[in-house]
Amino acid sequence: MKKNIILCGVGGQGTVLASRLIAAAAMKRGMSVMSAETIGMAQKGGSVFSHLRIGDELYSPMIGLGEADIIIAFEPAEAVRMLPYLREGGTVIVNTDPVMPVSAALGGSGYTGGEMVEYLRRSVPHPVTLECGKICRELGSPKVMNVLLLGAAVGSGVLSLTRDDIADAIRERVKAQYVELNLKALNYTV
Amino acid sequence: MPVNGVSVFVNLFLSGRLLPSSRVAPQDFVLSRHCFGTGFLFSGGDRYTRKVYYMHEEFLMGNEAIALGALAAGVNLVAGYPGTPSTEVLETVAKRRCEGVYVEWSANEKAALEVAAGAAYSGARTMVTMKQVGLNVASDPLMSLAYIGVKGGMVIMVADDPGPISSQTEQDTRSFAAFSKLPCFDPDGVSDAYSLIGEAFEYSERYGTPVIFRPTTRVCHAYASISVKDESEWKRNNPEGFVRDTSRWVIFPRLSYINHGKIEERNARLSKVFSDSGLNTLHKPEGSRLGIAAGGISYAQVRETLTAISDVKPALFRVTTPFPFPEEKALELLRGLDEVLCVEELDPVIERGLTYVCGKYNLKTKIRGKLTGDIPPAGENSRAVVDAAVTNFLGIERNSKAPEVTDSPPPLPARPPVLCAGCPHRASFYAVKTAMRGRKSVFCGDIGCYTLGNAKPLDMVDTCLCMGAGVNIAQGIWRVEPDTICFAFVGDSTFFASALTGVVNAVYNRADMILVVLDNSTTAMTGHQPHPGTGVRMTPAAGGEHGGKISIEGVLRGIGVDAVETVDPLDQTAAVDCVKRMADMKGVRAIVFRSPCIVLFKPVSAAVIDSEACINCKACIKTIGCPAIVLSDGKVKVDGAQCTGCGLCVKVCPKKAISIISR
Repeated sequence: MKKNIILCGVGGQGTVLASRLIAAAAMKRGMSVMSAETIGMAQKGGSVFSHLRIGDELYSPMIGLGEADIIIAFEPAEAVRMLPYLREGGTVIVNTDPVMPVSAALGGSGYTGGEMVEYLRRSVPHPVTLECGKICRELGSPKVMNVLLLGAAVGSGVLSLTRDDIADAIRERVKAQYVELNLKALNYTV
Repeated sequence: MPVNGVSVFVNLFLSGRLLPSSRVAPQDFVLSRHCFGTGFLFSGGDRYTRKVYYMHEEFLMGNEAIALGALAAGVNLVAGYPGTPSTEVLETVAKRRCEGVYVEWSANEKAALEVAAGAAYSGARTMVTMKQVGLNVASDPLMSLAYIGVKGGMVIMVADDPGPISSQTEQDTRSFAAFSKLPCFDPDGVSDAYSLIGEAFEYSERYGTPVIFRPTTRVCHAYASISVKDESEWKRNNPEGFVRDTSRWVIFPRLSYINHGKIEERNARLSKVFSDSGLNTLHKPEGSRLGIAAGGISYAQVRETLTAISDVKPALFRVTTPFPFPEEKALELLRGLDEVLCVEELDPVIERGLTYVCGKYNLKTKIRGKLTGDIPPAGENSRAVVDAAVTNFLGIERNSKAPEVTDSPPPLPARPPVLCAGCPHRASFYAVKTAMRGRKSVFCGDIGCYTLGNAKPLDMVDTCLCMGAGVNIAQGIWRVEPDTICFAFVGDSTFFASALTGVVNAVYNRADMILVVLDNSTTAMTGHQPHPGTGVRMTPAAGGEHGGKISIEGVLRGIGVDAVETVDPLDQTAAVDCVKRMADMKGVRAIVFRSPCIVLFKPVSAAVIDSEACINCKACIKTIGCPAIVLSDGKVKVDGAQCTGCGLCVKVCPKKAISIISR
């Protein structure tokens, strides 16, 4: 068994914690895990990614083009940026709310996010789209977007992990006062 | 993942990665016990000693693995200077160390290496951590220390950055190792880094020489679930102390001559030892005509490519010690092969090594790699690059798994890194820009977050070279263009690390320039490390005593700078006035813009735009480029999640439509 997972978004959106939760849950199941992610200068408002690999016979922490089983995208343009990594028939989970780069505000590139979601719908059979901003307001905090997306990813069945696996990881790694909020986000897509 | 002691024992045995040593008697072997929770027992060791270790599994970053490996090897002292991708090594040692391990952020890499050398003279096991360009700063003591040697094991951990991802050069520390004649170890992944750092200490101590340990970004910043020794299994090293011996520790031309000969003899010996050690592995299927040689992360990428190829099985040579090059092992690879592809990043070190062996032994094997255009000369060896190179070399059809793109995607928004919302550097740059409008001036930048001041619309960095260079470059430009007001911007950590001699040079040679110290009271770019200006130490002494806090203004006055003023850049009016005043003076002047890094505080206020008053002129966006000011449906809005309420936009709004409210 081998699972290649890509998490992507914009610096500060919480991709790293989501990646850690999957890793912790997989390790608890006795699986080997490798990952690689953006750290340093590029984090400051830049595109960030996390390559996460679970399973046997892993040598490189990096996923090759066309090898990802799932892309969990925190931002629509970042999903499109990572699309060449998706394998034929792979799954895409995407937050449809765009993050505007400073350059878009300056140059007026006209980026809206909607065109990216349209493109994803044309290119991938059944992308799972979530209006995370709206749902997070409903849940009470913008900070649970990562766990919300994680819940949808688990729901797709691609990760070979259950909601309980992730819930255990949340209980172990998230501050006690935020556990319930995160579990609510995890189960939102049930 | 193996879950019982026996299988892990077998793995370690087969990996051949542990030193042949007879330090531990065979009776130390203990049968495995039950495992409890995460602290379960793994039997490890090598084929000679069969020592059993209590081990547990952790999900570790490569840098964390290096730190834990060094602690397990009994490191006594670790010194370094922050730099991506090396920083987390020292931080992890500080966090996970046992009693008696000393850790410091030194003023710069040269200081770190010298501190570690002194401790290693005294028998301590020491490690120095830095990024590749840091080794340039530390190269003076490094080159001499190679001749003197050490008593305690000393590992110089230098992280290279192919890409480069966050560096100014693509230099290869393997080449630096050959230049300085020091043995070099090149790990291929997180797990390998953990065990290899322990071996680096053993070799260092056995041969009385500092050694270089060279991971790259994709090893340093990769994560993997690996087995590590419990703290109870860590080696304890009690340093003997400094033993006076002037014939050993005092470098003189005569001693250097004698030691040079010994070093060359030792390296020739080490080449043989490394060939036999199991560090450099060779898998050569019967009858193979083609071979691949690789080291570091490129080796992992090659393995990954080869798992998908079943019809051709090339010989595979892993070079873990690029210097001294394992010549005999290389010869074993080359005999009978028609061609060998060398897959490596940065310099063609393995390629040159193999080409040399071919020439020396008159072999006809064709060596391919960077020098023959089979591997790109620059940048990272991504999975795609390695896939393409290996399949081309093996002459097989590339089975691209990437879905074909028939419908090209809409233009993707570029996301270059920018100064954070509320960053005081933005206010500092804007103050200088405002004050110097219409006057001939040059802005020399430096290394740190503030390099991002080059981005539009600020556009306030005209030059950037290396740590501390801007102070001297400003002087050089002024010598040629005396009618230009030359500014040098430098951060507080960089000021102490590398800019002091530049200020001394300016005062001594009576230059005319304005030094701007951007003091945010931390080393922000690398993740907020303390430095001499903060007085906070990595590991405070018992009782919580911190370090000496050095005043930037005091240093500048002590050097003899003609005028020194300190101002808060968020007070724009005062900041602009200060710059104008300084610009009208002569000599070496310094402005200290002091305001703490915004990331360290929870914002208490935020900007709001009065939509009635706002005429949507976008002056706020066009002048300061703050990521918290966004365009939403064509209207200027403040992103409340990002805004810190610094108030700079309030100053630039011509209609006074922006105000600050508390959160």
